[in-house]
Amino acid sequence: MKAVVSVIGRDSVGIIAKVSAGCADFGANILDISQTVLDEYFTMIMIVDIEKLNRPFNEFVDYMSARGKADDLDIHVMHEDIFNSMHRI
Amino acid sequence: MFDTKDIIETISMIREECLDIRTITMGISLYDCQSEDPARLCSRIYDRIMSRAENLVKTGEDIEKKYGIPIINKRVSVTPIALMAGGLSADDAVKVAKTLDRAAHELGINFIGGFSALVQKGFTNGSKAVIDAIPQALAETERVCSSVNVASTKAGINMDAVALMGRVIRRTADITAERDAIGCAKLVVFANVPEDNPFMAGAFHGIGEPETVINVGVSGPGVVASAIRRKGDCNLTEVAETIKRTAFKITRVGQLVAKEASERLGVPFGIVDLSLAPTPAVGDSVAYILESMGLEKCGCHGTTAALAMLNDAVKKGGVMASSHVGGLSGAFIPVSEDAGMIEAARCGALSLEKLEAMTAVCSVGLDMIAIPGDTPAEVISGIIADEISIGVVNTKTTAVRLIPAGKVGDMVSFGGLLGEAPVIPVSKYSPAGFIGRGGRIPAPLQSLKN
Repeated sequence: MKAVVSVIGRDSVGIIAKVSAGCADFGANILDISQTVLDEYFTMIMIVDIEKLNRPFNEFVDYMSARGKADDLDIHVMHEDIFNSMHRI
Repeated sequence: MFDTKDIIETISMIREECLDIRTITMGISLYDCQSEDPARLCSRIYDRIMSRAENLVKTGEDIEKKYGIPIINKRVSVTPIALMAGGLSADDAVKVAKTLDRAAHELGINFIGGFSALVQKGFTNGSKAVIDAIPQALAETERVCSSVNVASTKAGINMDAVALMGRVIRRTADITAERDAIGCAKLVVFANVPEDNPFMAGAFHGIGEPETVINVGVSGPGVVASAIRRKGDCNLTEVAETIKRTAFKITRVGQLVAKEASERLGVPFGIVDLSLAPTPAVGDSVAYILESMGLEKCGCHGTTAALAMLNDAVKKGGVMASSHVGGLSGAFIPVSEDAGMIEAARCGALSLEKLEAMTAVCSVGLDMIAIPGDTPAEVISGIIADEISIGVVNTKTTAVRLIPAGKVGDMVSFGGLLGEAPVIPVSKYSPAGFIGRGGRIPAPLQSLKN
């Protein structure tokens, strides 16, 4: 199972490091990262493997969201199935 | 791997265009709660609802978190109380309504539907008790919703029930007048009522349904309006195609949530209702979809055609996305719950007559419309009769949810998802003679299909 981590906010030093540290802490393995910076706004989409999470998925969602808020970033973690459902037949 | 464009599209649908799951509604059968003793009946109903729906809210919240999509309401619908109320008085039926309300508060659900009666051909003792109890029940409860089916294509129109419901709405408005007639916002009169509808105020657990069932209602008018705007200058064939594609995506999310809720709760999946349900939030409006197609204001000439196309395209797109589609499934046009409808009614672009025409081509009917507080019961019955006959003749569901409050031009407010509406005028001429005749309007020829 995979999840999509989306990060949106004002660009600053160390965003990827902070998000990656959170993933590592929960045992989420990063499979793919894509990022763009447009008009000082940073957008990152990260695909992570959540098979070996060391805590429940909901806690991972809450932690990343709170972590984002502390740095003025909008971080959302969503299970892959919502994207599969919507975009694949 | 995923396409970044698809990921961003899904995220912006949820974050910016108000895509949500409007409701997960658990249908619960109450048949074996029957008792001759009203107190025993109430306690059995309470226990049944509490045990079956114990984990509904928590499960909804967990799914919401997993997929990152808001699930706005968690609701319960129950067997029409009229079927349980054979030996009850109206006062006893009010006690049942209060029991439902208590269970709703304890469970933390938003609404509970099923204080209902089906009287398209006539009244049973139970349906009489429930209908007589409606005004007091709605005045003294917060989350209980009530519905009465007065007609069907098969049975025709029970005009005694139409006359009675005019008086019931009048009475409900009078005893909740100091709260902008809020009781009437929780009461809907139907023709051809569906038995698996997850939306309020008309939800109940129909007689052919299993013991317990999960039905899901999707939403997403904002997503459709944005997709049409992005499409820009194109012909209506392309607009219809865009709506279909968008409806497919929205409904797939509904199907995902319904399947997951059903598995987690160990309850069979019933249907996904693929209605476009607006909310008063800016950007979550069906009227804005119609305006994005090129109408200056919802309600102008051309509105019925635009709505007919929207309704049809939503169904065509949605039906392939779900294994079972049901409920009301179409575009809703509740005036007070839709920012664009509120504005169109306020500026005079949208009249009661135009709304009636629109209901011939879309889901439901005259919904959440504020009419003058002094409208006589017979006029309310006349409005019901007109709307119900559209449903009966066209073999579709129609419904009436009118709120008599204030004077023409006043704004009446119901709070939350129920929104606010400007009071719009009704005809000043009376249908009292016609309504007073009573009896039944026979079923139309369309009913003889066998």
